[in-house]
Amino acid sequence: MSDDRGVWAYAITADPGDADLSRLTGVAGAQVRTAPAAGLTVLVSDVDLNEFGEAALRRNLEDLDWLEGLARAHHEVIAAGAKLFPLLPTRLATVYSSDESMAAVLGGRRNELAAALQRVGGRVEWGVKAYAIPEAGQPGAGRHEPAAAEGGAGLAYLKRRKAQLSAQAESQRSAAAGANAVHGHLSGRAAEARLHPPQSPQLSGDKRPMMLNAAYLVDADDGAGFASEVAAAADEHPELDLNLTGPWPPYSFAGDEDEASG
Amino acid sequence: MSTTRELAPADVPSQRIALVDLLDRVLAGGVVITGEITLSMADVDLVTISLRALLASVSALAEESND
Repeated sequence: MSDDRGVWAYAITADPGDADLSRLTGVAGAQVRTAPAAGLTVLVSDVDLNEFGEAALRRNLEDLDWLEGLARAHHEVIAAGAKLFPLLPTRLATVYSSDESMAAVLGGRRNELAAALQRVGGRVEWGVKAYAIPEAGQPGAGRHEPAAAEGGAGLAYLKRRKAQLSAQAESQRSAAAGANAVHGHLSGRAAEARLHPPQSPQLSGDKRPMMLNAAYLVDADDGAGFASEVAAAADEHPELDLNLTGPWPPYSFAGDEDEASG
Repeated sequence: MSTTRELAPADVPSQRIALVDLLDRVLAGGVVITGEITLSMADVDLVTISLRALLASVSALAEESND
């Protein structure tokens, strides 16, 4: 095998059965194949280490277009596999020098990985984001402004400004409490729940404060039920704009940290 | 209206998935198994490198639109 060849891992499954992956391509358009590893099966493709080795990756990941292409190619393979069998997505940029060295690493974690596959089997991930709606949930909204006569224009301005600031703070508090309640409720509906950090407004393009960025692991056949819970929560919480994404392969629940908050 | 539904049927092409939602998952989710080739690319490292790319790109766009 050439020294320049590496193996890119997409996902781990217990058994892909007779799934036909022959038309599936991954990063850099390479043919996806299965590789046995410690009694499990890994979806992989071969990559050129001149482009996907560590030093090259560090350099290339700084290029947003390159990163986007890579993330989407990685996801396409995982999403296609997830339709066919239960799987654990692997973190982006997991690269080995050969199938054999990959099998050696996985061998040490076989039981843990098999248990994780059990947890996510038959389930999908739904994403729920909540944004604070600035005008909503302000009890003082629409109030009369203090009359200017009560001590001059300057004082009136200060009073107005103070009222504005406290209304903003109240609005934030109300949105945070709402997001907390929504998360508690949806966690109760899910097998597991996980919180992602709020997305940067610069990156998402949405300037409103993000109060919740959560993922929920839900039975695959309960998608409609979960979506209607989210819709009901949206009706109950006019101070929030709730945004549902999915179904996703179980990215947020593939890890070994047991921080389910269900 | 306070819900935005993005109920993606299973066949939705990933082009329609917001990149920022995808990056939440592929950079911070997924099972972490040490790749011997990418051994020292720790979790935080990966996210940091990529966020730097995103921010650089965002500010490049902002500069273009200011010109």
